[in-house]
Amino acid sequence: MTMPMNRREFLAGAGALTIAVLLPGVTREAYAAGVQDSRLGLKPDQLSSYISINQDGSVIGWTGKVDMSQGTEIGWLKMIAEELDIAPERVSIVQGHTEQTVDQGGASGSTGIWFGGIALRNAAAEARLVLLEMAAAKFGVSIDQLTVNHGVIGVNSDAGGKKVSYGELIGGKHFDVQLVWNKEYGNELKVEGRAKVKSPSQYKIVGKSGVRRRDIAPKVFGTAENMNDVKLPGMLHGRMIRPPVAGAVPVAVDESSVKNIPGVKVVWQKDFIGLVAAKQWDAIRAARQLKVTWSDVKPPFPEQKDIYNHIRAGKSMKRDEDVKANGDAEAAFAGAAHVFEASYEWPFQSHASMAPACGVADMRDGEATVWTGGQKPHFCREGIAKMFNMPQDKVKVLFMTGPGSYGRNDSGDATMDAAVLSKAVGKPVRVQGMRHDGTQWDPKAPASVHVSRAAIDKDGKVIGWNFESKGFSRREFHRDEGSPERTMAGQLMGWPLKPIWILGVPAESYSFAKRKTSDTIAPLVERASPLRTSHMRDPGGPQIHFASESFMDELALATNMDAVDFRLKYLSNPRDIAVVKTAAEKAGWQPHVGARKQLRGDVYVGQGIAYAVRGGTRVAVIAEVEVNKNTHRVWVKRYVVAHDCGLVIAPDLARQALEAQILQTTSRALFEEVKFNNKAVTSVDWQTYPILDMKDAPEAIDITLMDRPDIAPSGVGEGTCRPLPAAVANAIFDATGVRLRQAPFTPERLKAGWV
Amino acid sequence: MAKHIDLNVNGKTRAVEAEPDMPLLYALRDNLEMKEPRFGCGLAQCGACTVLLNGVPTRSCVTPVGSVGAKKITTIAGIGTVDKPHKIQAAFLEEQVPQCGFCLNGWMLTSVALLDNNPRPSDAQIRDALSGLKCRCGTHMSILRAVKRAAQA
Repeated sequence: MTMPMNRREFLAGAGALTIAVLLPGVTREAYAAGVQDSRLGLKPDQLSSYISINQDGSVIGWTGKVDMSQGTEIGWLKMIAEELDIAPERVSIVQGHTEQTVDQGGASGSTGIWFGGIALRNAAAEARLVLLEMAAAKFGVSIDQLTVNHGVIGVNSDAGGKKVSYGELIGGKHFDVQLVWNKEYGNELKVEGRAKVKSPSQYKIVGKSGVRRRDIAPKVFGTAENMNDVKLPGMLHGRMIRPPVAGAVPVAVDESSVKNIPGVKVVWQKDFIGLVAAKQWDAIRAARQLKVTWSDVKPPFPEQKDIYNHIRAGKSMKRDEDVKANGDAEAAFAGAAHVFEASYEWPFQSHASMAPACGVADMRDGEATVWTGGQKPHFCREGIAKMFNMPQDKVKVLFMTGPGSYGRNDSGDATMDAAVLSKAVGKPVRVQGMRHDGTQWDPKAPASVHVSRAAIDKDGKVIGWNFESKGFSRREFHRDEGSPERTMAGQLMGWPLKPIWILGVPAESYSFAKRKTSDTIAPLVERASPLRTSHMRDPGGPQIHFASESFMDELALATNMDAVDFRLKYLSNPRDIAVVKTAAEKAGWQPHVGARKQLRGDVYVGQGIAYAVRGGTRVAVIAEVEVNKNTHRVWVKRYVVAHDCGLVIAPDLARQALEAQILQTTSRALFEEVKFNNKAVTSVDWQTYPILDMKDAPEAIDITLMDRPDIAPSGVGEGTCRPLPAAVANAIFDATGVRLRQAPFTPERLKAGWV
Repeated sequence: MAKHIDLNVNGKTRAVEAEPDMPLLYALRDNLEMKEPRFGCGLAQCGACTVLLNGVPTRSCVTPVGSVGAKKITTIAGIGTVDKPHKIQAAFLEEQVPQCGFCLNGWMLTSVALLDNNPRPSDAQIRDALSGLKCRCGTHMSILRAVKRAAQA
């Protein structure tokens, strides 16, 4: 029966409740367990910065990464429990608090386990070694005469006798042990000790399912305290005022227009304009009512129908060229019997987080305490310190779970907005957007065009490939809020911009000679644009691999081959070959050349495959679609996925996180396109920026996690975003013969291409 | 003008001082400091603010607080407790449904109403009843499993 489990899970997640009266978001279990933070100055080369032992022998892992509610926390504590030979239930995690965790870059690039987990694992192994040395000295034996059982160290030869627990050895005190640190902060931080980590064959906890997430019970029982629940005494509610035309700035404000609403204060600094009120509803009404005169700017955007022509014609700010691989692609084209070319287009997409972002800041008395739902609290600290010219040690940033975050969404902007408003009014301020702030004004994933060409010899063999990406930067202003110009507030306050020009090219192991280039064009509006771009889940990945993997399907047809056989013929990496083979086997792939157009009742059915690599992770996706012949609606009935991310820490959580990633990416492939006219973004809510509905959820998702325990873990969080849209497009082609080269795959596009 | 309004929330009478046209959501979150109903869109498009009004799933973000009267307001904290969970809570916990969890009110309370009216819904009926709600994290498969589990409980 689930009852005792309920209570235990509930209590495990409920530490925040007891402490919330002091400071929202303060390290939950750590404080509940009575640990005060007296560690040795939070140095990156100190063991105590990562692992500490409570008096009751329970363990705390401290990490500067954050779990964006996908279960990464459970992965961390399992890795710690494994090395320390203690039950996972006795390990808790403190994350993303700038005063209590080392700067490890926050949530970034699916490196939570890949980098963050490895640091904790190495630290835990070192802690175990140090504890064994302490016990050995205590008992006058050598380490190899000791065993550890559930955090209790005993002497092998003395079954009924000498025992000492971790808590008795060091509980409540802190390790004073130096680690080897690579002198890097952020994602790149690496630490290791003298201890040898366990080999996968020794694992009892890692690689097994069954440890449940601790954030779920409070969410299900309605007691979870999240970012949007932060309340401080005397806190005011803020709202930002955005212009009707992108790029317009305030030139006059009529404060009398809100004089009927009590306690409204307008904050206008340079081009930044917002307001505060004691009550949230008053702030909302005032933001709607406030009369602002905006500067006259000429329409800054092309019409939406012209966006891809704009990209094609745009001046390249920077070209990145991939090194020539597998020989000389240009020579291959010179000697080709045929050249096959196709071009693919992907629209701007919105993070459109479940709720618009919320940030809370208290900027009084020369100090800053800031609550953020953003993924990178340490960068947030840097940005706030720089914006207000404060030393970093006067800025404290606490991460709290916000309304979902899959990249650099609007959280970083809301946090800085709150800080500016709080500084201006001298009170704590909570800023929360309205829906349009989250959809119209959040930073976007970039629109892009990809042109792919292949050289084919007289025998029908592909001998060269040229791939060109061109579009807006995948992050115009960096992936975090570590400097003011990376936020809306900083841009509106005139901070010098430091744009970053980067888009990207496919990651794969095809063996033909290839040349890949990526050109980035300038933003449509330089500052504070509603079409400014930022990292969104697998930045650039879905768009680039939609193009490259759709193209591989087209090439298979052009060379008279089955799409799976084509990939197996040309892929060179054995792990890549294995995921493609596995997915094909699991899906019952029926080899075929070209579109089968199989009609079953009112729907055409089809299968499509795509594969891609991200970091160390490789994924093959097979989509099975139904396309209604009358409505042209696409439904992905089933996905079959083969996923290789090396060692899997928590298979159950990996599968569930992959399912959600698959649904989110299906939404991007089938439905999502930011709409705009020449003046403004016109996607402002869920009607104008539709996402996947429950009726669109697949019937089944069949995931195979490849068994690779001896390969270091790479990420789970983004690899599947890459091949999925192309797998769907390829399945649509098999079902209908319509080759979609522009996303999203709406009924309108299918109807337009219907043959 | 702010008025004294009595609300029946999770079985208790709670008094708020509010303008009658203010949405119920703000009375619950700001006046009564409740955390479960959430702001998602303010436009009745997503379900994050859902409460039950006399058992009917209702978007509190567009429901004027002055229109509620004596109707019984139930939030996800009001359908069950840790010791006596509602079968929907037990199933959502068992299936480990949420990621960020901001959307849960809509899914859980709509499912409560669905199972009250149709204790053994088909897959298509579940999808139909839950259509229109939003989950940006993409936990739809877990939600479907949880509702089916609750229907079999």
